[in-house]
Amino acid sequence: METARAYARSGARLFLVARHAERLSAVAEDLRVRGAGEVGTAVLDVKDVARHQSLVEAAVAALGGLDVALLAHGTLPDQARCQASVAETLEALEINFSATVALLTLLANRFEAQRGGCIAVIGSVAGDRGRQSNYVYGAAKGGLAIFLQGLRNRLYRSGVVVITLKPGFVDTPMTAGVPKNPLFATAPRVGLAGYRAIERGRDVVYIPWFWRLIMAAVKSLPESIFKRLRL
Amino acid sequence: MGCSWGRYPPAIHTRVVRLRWRSDPVVLADVPEKLLPFAWGRSYGDSCLNHGEALVDVAGLDRFIAFDADLGLVRVEAGVTLAEILAVVAPRGWFLPVVPGTKWVSVGGAIANDIHGKNHHRAGTFGAHVTRLELLRSSGERLLCSPDTHADLFRATVGGLGLTGVVLWAEIRLARVAGTGIAVERVRYPDLDAFFELAASDADHEYTVAWVDCLARGRRLGRGVYMRGDHAPWQGAEASTPARARLRVPFDAPSRLLNRATIGGFNAAYYRRHSRSGGRVTVDYDGFFFPLDAVEGWNRLYGRLGFLQYQCVVPNDRPDALRGILDRVSYSREVPCLAVLKRFGDVPSPGMLSFPRPGLTLAVDLAFRGRSTLDLLDALDAVVRAAGGAVYPAKDARMSRDSFRAFFPAWESFAAFVDPKFSSSFWRRVTGP
Repeated sequence: METARAYARSGARLFLVARHAERLSAVAEDLRVRGAGEVGTAVLDVKDVARHQSLVEAAVAALGGLDVALLAHGTLPDQARCQASVAETLEALEINFSATVALLTLLANRFEAQRGGCIAVIGSVAGDRGRQSNYVYGAAKGGLAIFLQGLRNRLYRSGVVVITLKPGFVDTPMTAGVPKNPLFATAPRVGLAGYRAIERGRDVVYIPWFWRLIMAAVKSLPESIFKRLRL
Repeated sequence: MGCSWGRYPPAIHTRVVRLRWRSDPVVLADVPEKLLPFAWGRSYGDSCLNHGEALVDVAGLDRFIAFDADLGLVRVEAGVTLAEILAVVAPRGWFLPVVPGTKWVSVGGAIANDIHGKNHHRAGTFGAHVTRLELLRSSGERLLCSPDTHADLFRATVGGLGLTGVVLWAEIRLARVAGTGIAVERVRYPDLDAFFELAASDADHEYTVAWVDCLARGRRLGRGVYMRGDHAPWQGAEASTPARARLRVPFDAPSRLLNRATIGGFNAAYYRRHSRSGGRVTVDYDGFFFPLDAVEGWNRLYGRLGFLQYQCVVPNDRPDALRGILDRVSYSREVPCLAVLKRFGDVPSPGMLSFPRPGLTLAVDLAFRGRSTLDLLDALDAVVRAAGGAVYPAKDARMSRDSFRAFFPAWESFAAFVDPKFSSSFWRRVTGP
């Protein structure tokens, strides 16, 4: 949200996609007042893969082209419920991984053909290492990070920048049920950091930056020890 | 979300209901606790606290709805800060009709406290510029209130301390200005009589206020620096985002950092820095209206005990009451830090419980030192009551039930509009048994 506000302040033209029509129009009005040159909208559930192609075409038609695509959808599945339900596990993977990959495939081909632009995707520090408390979500975000690595490698020669944004804990509706601690960052702070990362064309960005250190430490633990921890 | 800006008194809330989307259905009736809207916690005392009960957090309602740059009307959700509104409208030749001493307050809070600013003598209160608002009641009803529709509920909600329901959004009539700079003149004056002479020039200026040296006594009682300003073109860079603080107080200062010696030294130096004749300079609006916003968390300078702000108004024909108050503060053993003095104008306040009324208003920050601080303020209340004045609830944490009823005789008719599910620490204190 705050990333879109930063773009709005700079007068950018935007095309927003979300599931709830009323919330979407509230966000669009806000961005218009804050200075966006033009705000188009479309209502879509990312699981509706069949409509991805027409969505991308609608965005291109509204804006006359795409410079930046930011994929920021996601759900935080309940790990315990996933363990008890194959259906819940697969749905979590679908939203956070496979449907995202489907959309990225279409966007990648378009950006490759236009030989420029930026694709930014919100991943998660949870994707850096599997933990018993959160590994379904972690697997989806981890898989996504690998996919983006490959995409970044492929599109480098076309001049397309692929950015993986890895926020730590963020105080948003998605984490409403999670007790807050000092590592939590506010959504505006994360959104603004996302905007800066996109404008600078970074590759993998931890938000806030200190998560890079935390995750480096977490990743460096040998599996023989890590598997004994309660994380 | 455990304290207000003054950090006294402490409060514990058993639940926080977060509102994020104005279009979402909200069921407040099922919440077992009493409710009170809350956004950024910039009220000083306990009017924004609901100890042992619940808060309805509207900070997530942070969206603009519409801005008509021709008519100067802006419609925003209740959690939008005045800082964000100014960042959007000021570059386009408009300004908020009324701004307080900090820009980090929400629109909902500005309405609930019917705030005032340095242009009260011309513009009246914030509520006088609210054209309409949507009020969510615990019954689930959403009522569009304005001076014409649900007019009584509108008059109760403006200045109603959040007790009539949750303001979801509001529309504000902006003021057209000559520029985002303020041409300001600062004149030091030696005593209270000199202040009254200077205040006679209020009519010629948009913004006026005086800083008062609250430790000056006797012949120098009420001495200070009188500031008057008017909008002017600003040549500097225009910020598209609200200017953030340049400095931050990262931890609680020792409680004795601010004492009568350090404050006395500061006051004398500040007073002498200004000349008797003034001289106009143009500054950016942040520097003129919101100097304290440059230091994030300045309230922590008072240490962990916090502080109280005391703001009162006494009728124009009772300058003796003002003298009595300043006299008591300067001769007390308390630590008055920052004090400002202004003459309110006679533009009527729209709210039943609005604080501003014609007269002289004094606001003083006092480090909280326990019983002795409360005793001094009780003594000041007695002076204000005898003069027929009032004390500002938005800054209060301690006024007595009887004082409140004397200051706000309309409280009983107001009480009829209080939502049955809503309450606050302040409200229970001044209406309880």
